[in-house]
Amino acid sequence: MRRGLLNYLLVAVCILLAPLFFSGSYLLNVLVFAGINTMLAVALNLLVGYAGQISLGHAAFFGLGAYLSGVLTTTYGWDPWLTMPVAALSVGILAFIVGFPILKLKGHYLAMATLGLGIIVYIVFNEWVDVTGGPSGLSGIPNLHLGTLVFDGDRRNYYLVWSCALCCMLLSCNLANSRLGRAFRAIHDAEVAARVLGVNARLLKVQVFALSAAVCALAGSLYAHVMTFIEPATFGFNTSVELLTMVVIGGLGSTYGPFLGALLLTLLPEFLRVMRDYDIVFYGGMLMVMTIFLPGGLVRGIPGLWHKPLALRRAKGDAADA
Amino acid sequence: MLELQGVTQIFGGVTALKEVSFSIRADEITGVIGPNGAGKTTLFNIVTGIYRQTAGRVMLEGRDISTVPTDRLARLGMVRTFQNIELFGQMTVLENVMVGLHSRSSSGLFACLFKMPWAVAEERRIRGEALEWLRFAGIEELAPVTAANLPFGKGRLLEIARAMACHPRLLLMDEPAAGLNSQETLELSALIRTIRSRGVTVVLVEHDMDLVMSICDRIVVLNLGQKLAEGTPREIQDNPEVIAAYLGDE
Amino acid sequence: MDFGTQLLQYLLSGLSTGAIYALIGIGFSIVYHAIGIINFAQGEFVMLGGMVTLFLLQSLHLPLWAAIPLAVLLASLAGLVFERLAIRPLRKAPPLSLVIVTIGGSILIRGLAMVIWGNDTHRLPSFSGDDPITVAGATLLPQHLWIFGITIALIILNKWFFSHTISGKAMRACSYNPRAAGLVGIDVRRMTMFAFMISAAMGALAGIIAAPLTMTSYDVGIMLGLKGFCAAIIGGMSSGLATVVGGLVLGVLESLGAGLISSGYKDAIAFVILLLILLLRPQGLFGRPESERV
Repeated sequence: MRRGLLNYLLVAVCILLAPLFFSGSYLLNVLVFAGINTMLAVALNLLVGYAGQISLGHAAFFGLGAYLSGVLTTTYGWDPWLTMPVAALSVGILAFIVGFPILKLKGHYLAMATLGLGIIVYIVFNEWVDVTGGPSGLSGIPNLHLGTLVFDGDRRNYYLVWSCALCCMLLSCNLANSRLGRAFRAIHDAEVAARVLGVNARLLKVQVFALSAAVCALAGSLYAHVMTFIEPATFGFNTSVELLTMVVIGGLGSTYGPFLGALLLTLLPEFLRVMRDYDIVFYGGMLMVMTIFLPGGLVRGIPGLWHKPLALRRAKGDAADA
Repeated sequence: MLELQGVTQIFGGVTALKEVSFSIRADEITGVIGPNGAGKTTLFNIVTGIYRQTAGRVMLEGRDISTVPTDRLARLGMVRTFQNIELFGQMTVLENVMVGLHSRSSSGLFACLFKMPWAVAEERRIRGEALEWLRFAGIEELAPVTAANLPFGKGRLLEIARAMACHPRLLLMDEPAAGLNSQETLELSALIRTIRSRGVTVVLVEHDMDLVMSICDRIVVLNLGQKLAEGTPREIQDNPEVIAAYLGDE
Repeated sequence: MDFGTQLLQYLLSGLSTGAIYALIGIGFSIVYHAIGIINFAQGEFVMLGGMVTLFLLQSLHLPLWAAIPLAVLLASLAGLVFERLAIRPLRKAPPLSLVIVTIGGSILIRGLAMVIWGNDTHRLPSFSGDDPITVAGATLLPQHLWIFGITIALIILNKWFFSHTISGKAMRACSYNPRAAGLVGIDVRRMTMFAFMISAAMGALAGIIAAPLTMTSYDVGIMLGLKGFCAAIIGGMSSGLATVVGGLVLGVLESLGAGLISSGYKDAIAFVILLLILLLRPQGLFGRPESERV
């Protein structure tokens, strides 16, 4: 447990010191998005990685958070700090209600249902022009501010977003090692056995779905206030898949996997021109390769590659001794 | 303790169980035996709410549990183990048992997320108690091992430890000796006796006749989905119908 | 145009898109019965059908009658490769991995199509001209007749294959009980491969006959795939008439919804139906509820 805390502090210090070592505003800007993606990936990981329930519609909750914040601040003139919890809470409640019927489904059916849900929400963003501004988007969303400090620069946004992302990581870590986290993982591994031991799988799945949706909504609010402009295209099916890819690449059900996956998938396309043009080829290929060859993700796979030759050598040594 | 009243189960036209009635007395070890396909596992699945029976009632301590969902039954004091052990493979042995304590702990989502002091204290209690149950099953040295890597016999013991962590008053065991060697079976029968001595009523479905005859107080025989006989091991061994069912009608 | 004719018009165009959904849906259920998974990449084979035909026509200047069978063949080969590379290595993997791998496969195929053919929208030439036919005031294109004809032919062929040929019967046996089928000497893995090939071929053909009317591009697979799945779900994952009815019902509802309510929400209609069926009648519109077994 102590080591867990130490690891976390190490990661946190690295993240918070990072802006001191490079001044390029462009990279900082990309890292702001990496932070938002980290929040989303951590949230999705709660559901897919721990509880083992797939969702192909999480971009919808991200979008609902963004649009709630966007619409409430621009059209109704609410305070941004007030809209954030309101958005997160209402999306959480919505997911809770929708979750009860949807999470009765399993595997492929669940994937299809969440995908359908995501697309319906996406269509509404596009078509409900009076409220959302339709395909051309919604602009003029105010930045967040603390007193006279306005979060409008990349460096300020970096700290804003990453402190939220770090909080999410800490909370997800807490949850994973608690009574409920164990129950989620138990549902993932053997649902019937978990139920027999008194785990209310039905309710817990819905709870984790709602929690994960609420965190996505929070990330959406942050996104809206950081970008000051949102459009439906950001919250489509591709985003849902991208999020899933982040979690799978990083490592399903691991603490730092989603963080690593989000960082990698946000940064790589910026450096590799090829990846920007062919991003969906890359995502598709990565999903397949990782699932087939490295189902534990990078976080578990890389140390595994390290240990395997060691174990082999040891086994050989033992054979030689005998 | 547990009473079945005319339990019938039909799967798409096939009658798996037909009007099975018997009752299980508290503080006894009851064996449910019968040839393959007699409906023993189906019976367990009905009692634990995994299947919903077509007709009939199941009563636990005088309360009708026919429509009680599976996860509530653990809180009512009934837990089962599985024929092909169902461990939480990706979790450690200790964590498996800690899940067994789920129904006897109560920290909610908020407390778990923010590590509230009461949740931390509860966590400590869960861990301590789980270690005790590992000691009880004699596998405490395996606590940090990932459950999927356990040998079969140890997995069986872990499943029992995990079930006991729920503090059941009634423990249903589905073929606990399947896949165990004779040494392990001996240890198992000692463990089952210890469990009973702690005031837990035990029901086991089992194929190993030596085990059943040596530890059971009473035996229920199922054949082709119907109850064939019920009695002490001695009575069952002498029952001509039971012998016929096992050897086939001549 | 009076309301009656308008209604007939919606009905006819709904039936023709419905026929396409039905073919795609049958593809879903063939794979589902063979191996118990929903192949998310099914829609991509539909896309491949249209795009490959277009490629053969425009770049290789093949005549239409040669391009179509060749495109179907190529798509079915793609199905084979997909099964070999993605599904077979994961036969014993948990369901979550299988879901993810087929999603990955679908995105990969879509991405490759974009890289190879770009992201423009294309139209395949109609099979036999574009002179409209008037039926009781409503207009029908010759391509609609092709769609109806080919769909009916495929459904009959499909039915015949599964009930009268050795391979078809063997595939059905695998879906009922793979272990028993294996014991009596059926090569289960081969049958799985066949299932992927057949469903890819059916999807591709659906994509080809639809492309002259609905246009095609690298990303039509998502929507068509999902709607085909919706058809299969309405039909209770049957690979027969129920799914066909499911497809037709969906097509007609969509066309009526788009015409009478709002064309913007046309796609949402399919997904609302999908969710309703999944949540309320997961056994399909015509199936009987099964007692839950674990």
